[in-house]
Amino acid sequence: MTALHLAKAALLAVPLWLLLSSLLRLKPSWLKHLASLAVGFGAAALVTLVTPTGILSYLTTFILMACIYAVLSVGLNVQWGYTGLFNIGVAAFYAIGAFTSALVTTRMPTGLNASFTKQLFGLGMPFWVGVLAAGLVAGLLAWLVGKPTLRLRGDYLAIATIGIAELVRLFFQNERWLANGPQPLRGIPQPLSCLTGDGCAWLPGFVNSFFAPLGPRDYPFVYIAIVALVLYLVYRVLERAIRSPWGRVLRAVREEEASAAMNGKDIAAFRMQAFVVGSVIMGIGGALYAHYIVSIDYSHFDPLNGTFLVWVMLMLGGSGNNRGAILGAFVVYAIWSGTSFVVDALRPTLAAISPELPSRGPYLRLLFISILLVFIVLYRPRGIVPEEKVVSLDRDL
Amino acid sequence: MSDTHPASSSPGSLRPAGQAGDVGASAPLLSIQELTKDFGGLRAVNACSFDVAPGSVTGLIGPNGAGKTTLFSLVSGFHQPDSGRVYLDGEDVTGLPSHLLFRKGLCRTFQIPREHQSMTVTENLMLVPKGQIGERFWNPVVRPGAVRAQERRLRERAREVLAFVNLGHMAEQPAGAMSGGQKKLLELARTLMADPKIVLLDEPGAGVNPTLMGKIREKIEQLNRERGITFLLIEHDMPLVMGLCNPVIVMNQGSKLVEGPPAVVRSDPRVLEAYLGGQYAALEG
Repeated sequence: MTALHLAKAALLAVPLWLLLSSLLRLKPSWLKHLASLAVGFGAAALVTLVTPTGILSYLTTFILMACIYAVLSVGLNVQWGYTGLFNIGVAAFYAIGAFTSALVTTRMPTGLNASFTKQLFGLGMPFWVGVLAAGLVAGLLAWLVGKPTLRLRGDYLAIATIGIAELVRLFFQNERWLANGPQPLRGIPQPLSCLTGDGCAWLPGFVNSFFAPLGPRDYPFVYIAIVALVLYLVYRVLERAIRSPWGRVLRAVREEEASAAMNGKDIAAFRMQAFVVGSVIMGIGGALYAHYIVSIDYSHFDPLNGTFLVWVMLMLGGSGNNRGAILGAFVVYAIWSGTSFVVDALRPTLAAISPELPSRGPYLRLLFISILLVFIVLYRPRGIVPEEKVVSLDRDL
Repeated sequence: MSDTHPASSSPGSLRPAGQAGDVGASAPLLSIQELTKDFGGLRAVNACSFDVAPGSVTGLIGPNGAGKTTLFSLVSGFHQPDSGRVYLDGEDVTGLPSHLLFRKGLCRTFQIPREHQSMTVTENLMLVPKGQIGERFWNPVVRPGAVRAQERRLRERAREVLAFVNLGHMAEQPAGAMSGGQKKLLELARTLMADPKIVLLDEPGAGVNPTLMGKIREKIEQLNRERGITFLLIEHDMPLVMGLCNPVIVMNQGSKLVEGPPAVVRSDPRVLEAYLGGQYAALEG
């Protein structure tokens, strides 16, 4: 086991530890956390050792993206799964979060760069400020969209959100002054990237020397720890809130509005809360994406990647269940990634049918994932992990 | 909003005895004045006025289409009246949304029970009380201890209420799995969790077998007697109305026709005419 293995294993231990502790539903006990951290590290070390470097890197980036999608899926779960709000404009909140964090954390371009990159502002703030700002702005957008539509029937929210998603995307495409318009907004800083470079000045020397073997190409190992931590925090906060009277009211509103109103619940207010909370989480997901991809533009937030995939994830995993939402993100993203290999393998066959077909092969992925959705709805309408029947704080948390 | 502790009283605790039968002696608890509602060209409620005395069990009867349920919907904030006013305990509450009326002590049940199907019976009840700190998104995260303690009290209270309506054995079942009659009892139990001043019951006995009907009646009487809760109920079952309610108000074509003690109402020719048509009343007369 080399120093490089050790450094990677230490970083991979974070998601494994969090996975373990949430699977076992650990109560906040330091001993149990320490034990699961040790197990996580052991597993990470094993995986790092036995997996070839290329495959390990692929797995890491795969899990990273799946975690980011899991954040979106969990956000949608608050809206659709628990409250029944039909938001088919996830991409809007995803995009607004990504661009907000990008603008907050990058610096205004200077010199020659200024003529290539236009952006409204660049505050050069740290990563966590960007993430918080992303959530805030996405929540604000949700409030603005929700104000006129949440009082109406569900269909209106659907129409409004699909419209807003397109609006946001086209706005970022066409308004160059805002975030470089059709050109990508580049150079979004990566948190803790100093670990894979010259070392972080604010960290003690032994930490830097421990991670010194990591090169810039190993950055996903660092980021996976951060993303897993954010996903875990979002998950824990939501589980608390859902297993409390707040979550109970949301489910009551979803199931029988009139009765919830007659039980003294302000339906419009609770719907707004669920809509805003879900959107804040989606905004955070957008920020996580931006800092991973480094260079973003409008095309990343199309209805397919930004909304459709997230819906399939939630449906497959099980709406009304946060663990289902996370599991669904991993399964569907695996299938989504896998289909690209299938399409590659089909290339000769397609070429035999018609010479133009191979270039259109990628559209097959869309077909596959749509067929998957049909099968979910037909055979597993409640998802892999269905909604739990009883959720109450005094016994579960 | 000055909400009190949701678990402050239990169904077992006795309040000062209600003044059942002492009708008309004090200011009305619920006063309906010239209430009118049109649905398109149809006038469902037509300048309807009556008072409900505190501590009474007032019956609201009338032929189908007389506007009884619409009147309930107007009073409980589901529909906005076109004109007229509603006063609750002397306060003008016309057109207030349901959740605000609930906070002022007005509770309503539905003709067809609208329980939260996939939630358990206990959860259906724990949902009801006002002033739950855990209903604020951040409290379960910031003050989990306080939320948990309140939840424990609510669960205990729900258990007592379920025992009171003899549904204890259903506590952990999904509410959707109950029989029609049990759902009616759950509707009644729901109002008990709320500590209401007045409960509007929309056909509490409809579709319920005679045994359960007797039980529901018994519970209403007990609540009225022991806890002083005022009831206004719509019912088509005449023996139930005549035995339970005093006074009885008869509605016809959207307005009040007759009001009085059951014996008087029963023999009023106008009531017979409304129910049976003119020629039968003429026969009787």
